[in-house]
Amino acid sequence: MSDTSTTQRYPIGQIPDMPPPLLESGIFYWVRKNLLSSWTNVALTILAVWFLWLVLPPMYEWMFSNAVFEAADRAGCQALGDGACWAFIQERFTIFIYGFYPEPERWRPILAFGLLFVALGPLLFDGFPYRGKAMLFSMAYPFVAAWLLLGGGGLTQVTTDQFGGMLLNVIVGVTGITFSLPIGIVLALGRASNMPAVRIICVTFIEFIRGVPLITLLFVASTMLSYFLPPGTSFDLLMRVLIMVTLFSSGYMAEVIRGGLQAIPRGQYEAADSMGLKYWQSMRLIVLPQALKISIPGIVNTFIGLFKDTTLVIIIGLLDILGMGRASLADSKWAGLSSEVYISIAVFFFLFCFAMSRYSLYLEGKLETGHKN
Amino acid sequence: MASVNTVAQSDSGQRNFIARLWYDKEARGVILQVLTVSILFAFIAYITSNVIANLALVGKTFSFDFLAEPAHYDINQSLIEYSSKSTHLRAGLVGMLNTLAVAVVGIIVATVLGFVLGVLRLSPNWLISKMVYCYVEFVRNTPVLLQILLVHGIVVHSLPSPRGAQDGGNLAETIFFTNRGVFAPQPLPQDGFGFVIGAFVLAIVGCFIFKRWAKKRQDETGKYLPVFLISLGAIIGLPLLVYLLMGAPLDWNHPELKGFNFKGGFVVRPEFLALTLALSIYTAAFIAEIVRAGIEAINKGQWEASLAVGMSRSRTLSEVIIPQAMRVIVPPLTSQYLNLTKNSSLAIAIGYMDIVATIGGITLMQTGKEMETMIIVIGFYLSVSLTISMFMNWYNKRIKLVER
Repeated sequence: MSDTSTTQRYPIGQIPDMPPPLLESGIFYWVRKNLLSSWTNVALTILAVWFLWLVLPPMYEWMFSNAVFEAADRAGCQALGDGACWAFIQERFTIFIYGFYPEPERWRPILAFGLLFVALGPLLFDGFPYRGKAMLFSMAYPFVAAWLLLGGGGLTQVTTDQFGGMLLNVIVGVTGITFSLPIGIVLALGRASNMPAVRIICVTFIEFIRGVPLITLLFVASTMLSYFLPPGTSFDLLMRVLIMVTLFSSGYMAEVIRGGLQAIPRGQYEAADSMGLKYWQSMRLIVLPQALKISIPGIVNTFIGLFKDTTLVIIIGLLDILGMGRASLADSKWAGLSSEVYISIAVFFFLFCFAMSRYSLYLEGKLETGHKN
Repeated sequence: MASVNTVAQSDSGQRNFIARLWYDKEARGVILQVLTVSILFAFIAYITSNVIANLALVGKTFSFDFLAEPAHYDINQSLIEYSSKSTHLRAGLVGMLNTLAVAVVGIIVATVLGFVLGVLRLSPNWLISKMVYCYVEFVRNTPVLLQILLVHGIVVHSLPSPRGAQDGGNLAETIFFTNRGVFAPQPLPQDGFGFVIGAFVLAIVGCFIFKRWAKKRQDETGKYLPVFLISLGAIIGLPLLVYLLMGAPLDWNHPELKGFNFKGGFVVRPEFLALTLALSIYTAAFIAEIVRAGIEAINKGQWEASLAVGMSRSRTLSEVIIPQAMRVIVPPLTSQYLNLTKNSSLAIAIGYMDIVATIGGITLMQTGKEMETMIIVIGFYLSVSLTISMFMNWYNKRIKLVER
């Protein structure tokens, strides 16, 4: 049939492309291939649709169509609809973000948070304008942020027990990752060292940190750390937590960077040696720039893990976003709204962590093409 | 250049002895190591002296004697005999067993769930694959503590009270789901039950021998037997047969509603349920990603070759792809098992009495022995971590590709 239609109407060599058959393209093809390709596939599709039908409509009703966004208390919520009571979250929103940080000073954490991205820019993106000079600001950032948050030197002092909510999670997470990076690099280099004593010390430290839960380290911070210091010295609980979190994440960081170091071909080390570079020179100029570049996705993943783990501080009594959420559950005006609180905090974390994991995937893709040739 | 320098300097002899040592690679290594070790020891000595001074200042001593004293607190779920008159040591033991119970059950559930999800993620069915993707991404990007609290809240709030479970919320009037826990009949073995256990052991041993024989037969003749199904049948069937032959030598201790709660029977507390469920859900998402990556790492040719010789998709997966993928999967799987075990310490947030809650929590508060209790807790976790990684290393070696 096709013979007659093609050979008779068109000269040879000028036969136009035929459109694909209806069942081999377009939406029908897609559905057939992706949802109905075999009997098991059809069964799975039916099962999935049934499950979604069971879950999604009630969830939508609870979260949106029957939800109450403005009410004075729980009873007011219940009077307006039987869905979620988001009015509660709306009322507590600022406390979830800033904790008890004094209200007139709240521009300071906002500024510090904004500057964080300015400081991160030159580190994360190659094409940042004036990268060299901007890098200096990145180095100074931790101190600038500490000054902004704590005050002193012209700003009103804010004590650390007023820190709370999301602010606390971000402080603990960012501090932990910033200071654990250099410690992690030293530990990773120590683990790869050919001096047995140094290697053993580093391996012991890393394995110790990775072998115990963060909770026990936080307990050590809250109950025991002051025993290790000279008698009479005592410092802030937040400071102790920051030290422990930094040590904790440096153990994980060391392993990430070790992976990067191992991925560098032997020839790079040998080339650096044969150039006559000393150990620190070859590390600083040849090995680490490459190793760190490959480790960035791993570092971002470590940060995601650490950021999620910052919620554990509630166990030793600090009020981060989860702690604020739980504390506000005790309010008799709004009793029994735990699902609303937990779900909104979950969404909060999801947005942060998902964005970061996308970024790390993007980087992996970018680095992949750079290294395979 | 360094070695050239060394030769030049030792020849001319202009530098002094220490400088010569410094430029000698090996001598320098020794010096640096001695320095590192002495700094470490100095640091340890400094901390120890601080600890001694601090302890003296508050009038505390360092000793583990408190372990023999009665604990004076109750633990609502315990796998061994325990009462508030038992010692702190016993309380610690109960805590350790509770931690291990969560870890073992959690690891099993998470592994099964994770493998199923990982395989489904690669399903040709678009809808299923995307649903698993959403699950994995949402679970991986929210804190595990939050999930534990959420699951605990759901378990406690959605299950009926014991009285309500009498009317609804039970399975055939034998298993009761309540917010005080899941109550199930407890088996009480009678005379002759030993034979049933014997039959069970016999069936397992028999299956091992059968599996070897079937493999040998397949190697020789190429004939395939459904080993798994036959083994499963034997392991369930044989003890069941003996059980019925012996005249059902098993009594059940049924839970009964007395006052406000059920009495008797076998009980799983909601805290245990919530913690295990939440940790399994969390870890399964990570395991699913690991399994997916492992399967994707296997060459496509393996699929095609296996399908070409006429094996079905599921047999290809279970007998060709997954055994090879295991080599990629096992190392990261190990760290997930370790993570689950360590995350079980979050039990304290929902009041499940694990080691951190007993020794590291109430005992610490009662006795004020921060040092000693923390040493016990940390030592426990370290030894569990080491045991798991040793076992998984052994397993990893066993399944390693034998290269010829």
